[in-house]
Amino acid sequence: MTNNDWSQDEILDLKKKCLEVRRNILDLTFYGSSSHLGGSLSSVEILTCLLFRIMSINPDLPLWGKRDRLVISKGHAAPGMYAVMAARGFFPAEELKTFGKSGTRLQKHLDMHKLPGIDASSGSLGQGLSIAAGMALADRMDGKERFTYVLMGDGEMQEGQIWEAALTAAQHKLDKIIAFVDDNQMQVDGFTKDILNVEPLVQKWESFGWHVQRIDGSDVEQILKAAALAKSVQGKPHVIIADTIKGKGFDFMELKVEWHSRGLTEDEYCSAINQLAAAEAAFTALSGKGA
Amino acid sequence: MYPKIDKPYGAGLLKLAETHPELVVIDADLSRACDTGDFAQKYPERYLNLGVTEANMIGVSAGLALSGKLVFSGTFACFITQRVYDQVAISVAYMQNNVKLCGIEAALTSGSNGATHQSMMDLALMRALPNMRVYDPVDAVSLNAVMHYEADHPGPAYLRGIRKSGPAILDPAAAADPCKALILREGRDATVIASGIMLERALAAVDELAKTGIEVRVVALSCLKPIDEETILRCAAETGCIVSAENHTVIGGLGSAVSEIVGEACPVPVVKVGIHDAFGEVGSAEYLAEKFRIGVPDILAAVNKAVELKKKYKN
Repeated sequence: MTNNDWSQDEILDLKKKCLEVRRNILDLTFYGSSSHLGGSLSSVEILTCLLFRIMSINPDLPLWGKRDRLVISKGHAAPGMYAVMAARGFFPAEELKTFGKSGTRLQKHLDMHKLPGIDASSGSLGQGLSIAAGMALADRMDGKERFTYVLMGDGEMQEGQIWEAALTAAQHKLDKIIAFVDDNQMQVDGFTKDILNVEPLVQKWESFGWHVQRIDGSDVEQILKAAALAKSVQGKPHVIIADTIKGKGFDFMELKVEWHSRGLTEDEYCSAINQLAAAEAAFTALSGKGA
Repeated sequence: MYPKIDKPYGAGLLKLAETHPELVVIDADLSRACDTGDFAQKYPERYLNLGVTEANMIGVSAGLALSGKLVFSGTFACFITQRVYDQVAISVAYMQNNVKLCGIEAALTSGSNGATHQSMMDLALMRALPNMRVYDPVDAVSLNAVMHYEADHPGPAYLRGIRKSGPAILDPAAAADPCKALILREGRDATVIASGIMLERALAAVDELAKTGIEVRVVALSCLKPIDEETILRCAAETGCIVSAENHTVIGGLGSAVSEIVGEACPVPVVKVGIHDAFGEVGSAEYLAEKFRIGVPDILAAVNKAVELKKKYKN
C-alpha cells in the first residue's frame, strides 16, 4: 500500500468519523456512566482508522472466521471502542446510553461474552500482547494470513508481562502483529515520566527485535501510512508508538490528570458538545472548499 | 505395590495428539519436568517452549484458545497457579478459554526444591475461580482419564500432573469418568476420601485399620470441581463420619470442599488430613509426610478421631 491508496476525501471522512466517535464518547459518559474519558479520547483516531479502514472486519458478522482481530489491552479504553463500534454499525448508537448501567452489554471494561465484536476481554493491564501473540501463532499454524492488532497504553508499558510478550513475538517473528501504543504520556496518578518513566520506547522496542515507528497518533493519515508500512515489512512484529493527547478534543480535559476517569456535569457536557460543533463546522467549511 | 506408568502427562499428550489435531502443548522452560520432550520431537509444529515467562504463557495459551486451539500448558504447580493468578483468572477463567493448566510437582511432591516450589494452595486458588474445573488425580490412570475428558470438554481446567511415573491403582474402565468419585473399599465405620497421592496412603491406612476391626470405606476423588456431591453425601449418611486426605493446605482444598457439602446437607464429623497452614521445606517424601502430617499414621489417627467424634455426636 502506498501513500496514494487513500484520497484526501477519505482522510476528511475519517476525521469526521472521529468527531462522531467523540460525540459518542460524550453521550456514553453523560447519559450512561462515568468513564475513562482521557485514555478513550486519546485513542479515537487509532481505533477509528482501525475499524473503518485498516482492519478487515464485518459488523454484520462480528465472529467472521477470517476477520482481522483487535485486542484492546488497555481495557479502560472500552468507551472509545464502544463509540467506534457504534459508529461502524456493530450496534445502535442508542445503546451507548446503557454504558456502565445495571444489565448492560457495555461493561466498564470489555467483556467478549457480552458484546460480539470484542475479540478478547480485558481490563487487567498487561495481558493483551500475550493474547495477541497466541492468536498470531495459531494463525501461522493454520496458514491464515490475517493480522492481529493490539492497543496498549504508555502506562501499561510498566507491566512486566508486556516485555515477556515482546520477547515472544520477536522470537517467533510474528509479523502479523501490529501493536499501537497510545502514548498519551499520562497514567492514573499523573505523568508517566514522573511516576515510572517508560521512555525511550522506540529504542526499547527496537532492542526487543520489533519493527518500530513513531507517529503523531492524532493524525489519521500518519496512522494509515504507519499501518500500511507495517503490513509491508516482514520478519518482525510491528509496534507503532502513537504520540497522543490524553482527553484529546476538549480543551478543559486535555492533559489534565483528573480526566483519567470521570463523569460529565451538564455544563461540561454542553461545553464539550459546543467544542465538537465548532470542529464540525470547520470541517464542513473545509469540505465546501474542497468541493 | 502398584504397577507404574511412565511419563503419564507426556504419554497422554502423545495419545491426544492423534485424535485432536487442534492440540497445542506449551512449556515454560520445564519440559523435562513435564515429560513433554517426546511430544515436542514428534509434533514440533504444535509445540511451544516460551521460556521463563509464566504470565505470558497464560496469555499466549488464551490467544491460541481464542483461535480454536486446545491448549495444554504445563509448569511447576506453584508457578502456574499462585504466580500468575490474575492472568489465569482473567485470560483463562473469565474468558472461558479452552486452556488446560497442568501443575507438576504439586505441594509436597516437590521435595527436592523446597518451600518456593511447593504449591500448598494451588487447589484452593483454582477452586475459587468461576468456570474452572479442578483435578488432583489419584493415580496415573486417573490423570489419563482427566486429560481425555478435558480434551473433549471445552473450557478452563487445572490438573495436577505426575512427574516421571505414577502408580496405576484404578481400573481404567471404572475411572473413565474422572468427575465420578470411586468407592474402592467398603466399610461402615468411617469413610476416607482421598485425592492425589493420598489415595495410596489411605488404602494402606485402611488395611491397617481392618486388622483392628475398624471397617473403613475408601473413596478415590480426583475431581475437586465440579465435585461428586452425591457420593460424598451418601458416604456421610451411610458411615456417619469422614476423613479427607489431601496433599494440600486444609484451607480451601478437598477437606474444605467436603465440609461445605456435608455441612449443608448431612452434617457429620469431617477430620482433615492435610497441610496445616504452613510453607514447606526440602526433604524426602517420607520426611515431609511425617513433618507435615500427611502420612499413613496421620490417616490412621484421623479415622480413630472421626469414629470417636461420631460416637460422641450420636450420644
